[in-house]
Amino acid sequence: MNANGETVIDVRGLTKRFGDKVAVDDVDMTVARGEIVGFLGPNGSGKTTTIRMICGLLRPDGGEGTCLGHDIVREAEAIKRQVGYMTQRFSLYEDLTIRENLEFVARLYALSNLRQSVNETVEGLGLKSRQHQLAGTLSGGWKQRLALAACIMHKPRLLLLDEPTAGVDPKARREFWDEIHHLAEDGLTVLVSTHYMDEAERCHRVVYIAYGTIVARGTAEEIIESSGLGTFVVAGQGAAAAARALNGMPGVEQVAAFGQDIHVVGSHGPSLAESVHEVAERYPIHVAPGETTLEDVFIRLMSDAQVNENGR
Amino acid sequence: MKAHSAASRIRAVLLKEVIQMRRDRLTFAMIIGIPILQLVLFGYAINTDPKNLPTGVVMADPGPVARSIVAGMQTSGYFLIERGHSEAEARAGLTAGTLAFVVTVPAGFHSDLVRGQNPEIIVEADASDPTASANAIAALPEIVNRAIAASTQGPMSAAGAGAVRPEIIVHRHYNPERITAYNIVPGLIGTILTMTATLMTALALTREIERGTMENLLAMPLRPIEIMVGKIVPYIGLGFLQVGVILIAAYLLFQVPMEGSLTLLLSAVLLFIAANVTLGYTFSTLARSQLQAMQMTFFFFLPSILLSGFMFPFRGMPVWAQAIGQVLPLTHFLRAVRGVMLKGNDVLQTLPHLWPVTLFLLVIGTIALMRFRRTLD
Ligand SMILES: Nc1ncnc2c1ncn2[C@@H]1O[C@H](COP(=O)(O)OP(=O)(O)O)[C@@H](O)[C@H]1O
Ligand SMILES: [Mg+2]
Repeated sequence: MNANGETVIDVRGLTKRFGDKVAVDDVDMTVARGEIVGFLGPNGSGKTTTIRMICGLLRPDGGEGTCLGHDIVREAEAIKRQVGYMTQRFSLYEDLTIRENLEFVARLYALSNLRQSVNETVEGLGLKSRQHQLAGTLSGGWKQRLALAACIMHKPRLLLLDEPTAGVDPKARREFWDEIHHLAEDGLTVLVSTHYMDEAERCHRVVYIAYGTIVARGTAEEIIESSGLGTFVVAGQGAAAAARALNGMPGVEQVAAFGQDIHVVGSHGPSLAESVHEVAERYPIHVAPGETTLEDVFIRLMSDAQVNENGR
Repeated sequence: MKAHSAASRIRAVLLKEVIQMRRDRLTFAMIIGIPILQLVLFGYAINTDPKNLPTGVVMADPGPVARSIVAGMQTSGYFLIERGHSEAEARAGLTAGTLAFVVTVPAGFHSDLVRGQNPEIIVEADASDPTASANAIAALPEIVNRAIAASTQGPMSAAGAGAVRPEIIVHRHYNPERITAYNIVPGLIGTILTMTATLMTALALTREIERGTMENLLAMPLRPIEIMVGKIVPYIGLGFLQVGVILIAAYLLFQVPMEGSLTLLLSAVLLFIAANVTLGYTFSTLARSQLQAMQMTFFFFLPSILLSGFMFPFRGMPVWAQAIGQVLPLTHFLRAVRGVMLKGNDVLQTLPHLWPVTLFLLVIGTIALMRFRRTLD
């Protein structure tokens, strides 16, 4: 929780079923004002479903909670007025121009100075010269920016962004995140789902969900710390061969290539160290203790969750 | 303030629909083109008043009056007389479809006529296409009367045959509401609106669902009634555009009269379009895809065409079919519009046809609002 402690999202036990399938299972989440919280998890793990329940677009089968102080089931209308929700799939009108889309949104929120709001937004986007272009003709990156601009026009108190940067080039992603940090500095709260690890590291806090259940939460450091994973970095000519040899050895849980290097990860330090040093004697490689990354932890969490899921 | 923002939201949806409608050129062209095409087809190409229908004559009593009746039939233009059939041949021709009519003048026709008894002429019509034979049959009594009047000026006048009316017995029923170019126009207005107004709005919500824009729409603070009004009103406007096209074309091409008040006609049209777009919108809330919405529309369109009295005479239908027909807005709309356009009916005479449409509108509108899914479940 941050200093002023005001809670923007506070949900407990959220559950959603589609037929027999439990898409979201007993999810608790709290987000404080001004926080940027990353919502991570593999495809189909229930991120979109959770976000939809928080903003009143899906009715939970179990659980309760508030969003901006309003009950998520009974006061969906009040929530919708103060939330900006950017859907995973572009959901503005492709057969309307950029300007027409923004005017549509501005009218829906009954903004008092429509012309001015739209003009400012168009200029802020740097799309003044293209404002009469159909939204469907924009590239992926521009569509995302337009969608973000459209959902902050009514000055919401909470932004829910569902994979806003999927399929967007790195420079556009960087700019997108700069923008999100600017908005958070002004007191906006952001819950953003993403696949990208570098984006997780730009969040104040991260929540990781797998198969509908939250399996980790906290700051990046906290999550790495509490995972108990140790990492060795293997480099040198024999790295590739060493990697093959390491697979399946005692204490070795993950072997992954990062460029020229190999990261070897395991949760039991001594046996991991023993295996790595044993292999180092057989191949022309250097071994050094390394930093466990968030990605290492998430891959571990994902495979654990998979084992649990299959074992059920 | 609250009312202001509700109005602003409705405006948002409404303007958006209008822009999308305008941008969809093909659909727009069809909406304007279909009425004109239909009108021209019905008015010129589809002749519901055919002439020269092949007619077999079985002459069991070749008296002068009978001959003059047959001659009169020939000159009317409706009948193309083929003589010299035996009764069996004539009947076979009717079955095979080479003859549209068989006229039998039974033995003793002339003597009955002279004795002052009402004689019979039997007309057998191929009623498999009732509209084809209707006008020809309707012309018969006049032809017969003239033939008798002409004959009785001669030697038979003394018999006092002026009082005698030969009875024309027509087997098979035929279309009591004769379809003419005039009658087509109200029917066309009704069917075209049933089709296009319902279909266009039926696609209104399902299109948003299929394109993925529904999620965004639902995430914004719109109330179901606001979405409904915003989506329906543009299509009411479009419906009026179609009616305007039909009325102007009908006047220019066929000089269809406008006996009653135009305001009354347009009020009936407004009510009818509202009923149809609301129905389409209701389909839209029930369907999961555009295809389903389209199927529902056709499912509704078929009984509307068949059971409303547009294609087939309402009074000729069995009770259960009439009961279904009574529920359909088109049935009542046709009566209202025929009354206003062709008979010059006033408000009081038209009201009985309007309240069932109003009731339909209210019931369907309520269902739409109740069925509208506020969430994505
Ligand atoms: N409307 C729906 N009907 C049926 N199943 C659904 C629906 N929406 C999501 N699911 C299922 O629920 C699970 C979670 O989906 P989702 O929340 O979209 O995951 P994520 O956003 O993390 O990729 C998936 O297995 C998905 O197939
Ligand atoms: Mg998703």
